[in-house]
Amino acid sequence: MMLEIKNLHASINGKEILKGINLSVKEGEVHAIMGPNGSGKSTLSSVLVGNPAFTVTEGEVTFNGKNLLELSAEDRSREGLFLSFQYPVEIPGVSMVNFMRAAVNAHRQYKGLPAVSATDFLKMMREKRAIVELDNKLASRSVNEGFSGGEKKRNEIFQMAMLEPKLSILDETDSGLDIDALRIVANGVNKLKTPENAAIVITHYQRLLDYIKPDVVHVLYKGRIVKTAGPELALELEEKGYDWIKREMGD
Amino acid sequence: MKTEQQYIDLFTQYEDLICKNSSPVMNAPRAEAFAAFERNGFPSLKSEDYKYTDVQKAFAPDYGLNLNRLYIPVNPYDVFRCDVPNLSTSLYFMVNDIFYDKALPKGHLPEGVYAGSLKVFTERYPQIAAQYYAHAALPDANDPIVPLNTMLAQDGFVLYVPKNIAVERTIQLVNIFRGDKDMMANRRILVIIEPGATARMLVCDHSIDDVKFLGTQVVEAFIGEGASFDYYDLEESNSSTMRFSSFFLKQAANTNVVVNGITLTNGLSCNNYYVSLDGENGEISLCGMSVLDKEQHLDTHTLIQHHVPHCKSNELFKYVLNDRAIGAFSGRIWVKEGADKTEAYQTNRNLCATRETRMYSKPQLEIYADDVKCSHGMTTGQLDENAMFYMRSRGIPPEEARMLLSVAFTSDVIEHIRIPALKDRLHNLVEKRFRGELAKCEGCRICK
Repeated sequence: MMLEIKNLHASINGKEILKGINLSVKEGEVHAIMGPNGSGKSTLSSVLVGNPAFTVTEGEVTFNGKNLLELSAEDRSREGLFLSFQYPVEIPGVSMVNFMRAAVNAHRQYKGLPAVSATDFLKMMREKRAIVELDNKLASRSVNEGFSGGEKKRNEIFQMAMLEPKLSILDETDSGLDIDALRIVANGVNKLKTPENAAIVITHYQRLLDYIKPDVVHVLYKGRIVKTAGPELALELEEKGYDWIKREMGD
Repeated sequence: MKTEQQYIDLFTQYEDLICKNSSPVMNAPRAEAFAAFERNGFPSLKSEDYKYTDVQKAFAPDYGLNLNRLYIPVNPYDVFRCDVPNLSTSLYFMVNDIFYDKALPKGHLPEGVYAGSLKVFTERYPQIAAQYYAHAALPDANDPIVPLNTMLAQDGFVLYVPKNIAVERTIQLVNIFRGDKDMMANRRILVIIEPGATARMLVCDHSIDDVKFLGTQVVEAFIGEGASFDYYDLEESNSSTMRFSSFFLKQAANTNVVVNGITLTNGLSCNNYYVSLDGENGEISLCGMSVLDKEQHLDTHTLIQHHVPHCKSNELFKYVLNDRAIGAFSGRIWVKEGADKTEAYQTNRNLCATRETRMYSKPQLEIYADDVKCSHGMTTGQLDENAMFYMRSRGIPPEEARMLLSVAFTSDVIEHIRIPALKDRLHNLVEKRFRGELAKCEGCRICK
């Protein structure tokens, strides 16, 4: 098992958002997590990557046999966890090339590998940006600064391609994307899929799942996973909305 | 008047010796300067402008002065092997406050341009020199250093560029503090850029010994109509160095000037900038940045005076403070009556990495004209937590993320530099400074 979440509770500013999440993800799998606004989807992704704004109050998370919750945010990344941010952060003055080189070399150092040479690194940047159709100006631009919404999301997938994570969490990567950008992003994700890695796709809509086919679909509601089924569940939600789930839950 | 007394005694006793080893033009304003010093003394901590820098304490110890102009053994080229990639400069040295004439660059300067000893220049060209020397830095100006410096300075550096001459090569002046015992040096820099001329100067301050150094420096720069001038000032001294520098800039019409002061390593520095926009369509970009840690101290005062219409000033100062460092910035823009269509912008942004650092900032805007565009803004804070987390979530170690963000924070100040090779070099130096690889001055890092 790659990721095993057991009875995870988490809160922000004393308010409990996650109220006992259980989830297991195996190599090669794609899981979709859907659910109405405010159900805790983004909190789950934030907690998994170690965002210090959230406090885990109960439960455990194992990632490749390690206690994930004990690791620093940077070590979670180096262990192979990746979050494609719903709102990627703009960092004026830090170029993509310096940012990515620092990240890639930190990953390499963690694995006991020497720093990558300048030539190899630029070649790697070139290959990976092609996956999401970003142009050669990318390297010299400041991280996400002045990027359009679509460019920001493509940049997230570019970073994913550079870091080759074992488990990627895509947090509403489809939000704010037009249909072309959506296709580019989804194609990028599909190209990076291997039998050894896995993905958790957080989304409101079926349209992303038309491109990235999930093996399992979960519905998150009020901080718990209340329904788990195959890809057909996503279609059903698209058609009927979330009200029937709420009714089933007695709301 | 305890602190002042030793300087009053010194001047009274040694006036003849000071004058003998200087030039008539430099001697002319001494008496007036002395009178002003006796009258005003040093500002106390109670004075509004100097409440963060104890000037009296800095000047209280008994430093040695080299009034006899004895040769201090040093070969600057042993300290500085200057070979900047893609930046070839005409390189000059000053050791403490004496111009070093043993090694001069050859054949680089266009005809009529003079770069070298201020003492020699004022002796050789008294008519020109007397028109400018001590004409911007008036002893009565409300500056703590000018009277003392004017009364004690015996030499310095001059750059004179005649009408319509463009000096392509950057003039680099390396100031070296060196001594076997505690030393005081009083240095003077005079820059005369005649109408239509162009020049760029890079001034680097270094200390190579661990004794205490106290330096005063007065820079006067006169920029003639239609001229363009750059002045880059880089301090890489050490923790036992104190520097009091006052920079006076007078700009005629249609001039374009960039001044950029960078403090990478120092002890205590007090940098004053006075800009006077005297002719229409003058433009000044006045910038500065500093990286301060441990007990480093930097106090910057700026005064930009818009006397006439249609001038533009752009001011940007950034401080990064760590450990117990202290920073102060007091910036004043003064738009005089009638200076319509003035554009004046001032920004001061500061990063405090620890709770023990102190940053005092005082932006001041005084406008007595109509129809102007002016703004000032000041922020003091910490590194962006969201950016920190974003970088860490990519595996970047927190200390590396902090370094990258700090470098980014200061990079726009360096972007104002108009010499590409120097800009690259400084980006690199600042990064090294943040990485802690510039802990101590080991010579001119512009060049290594």
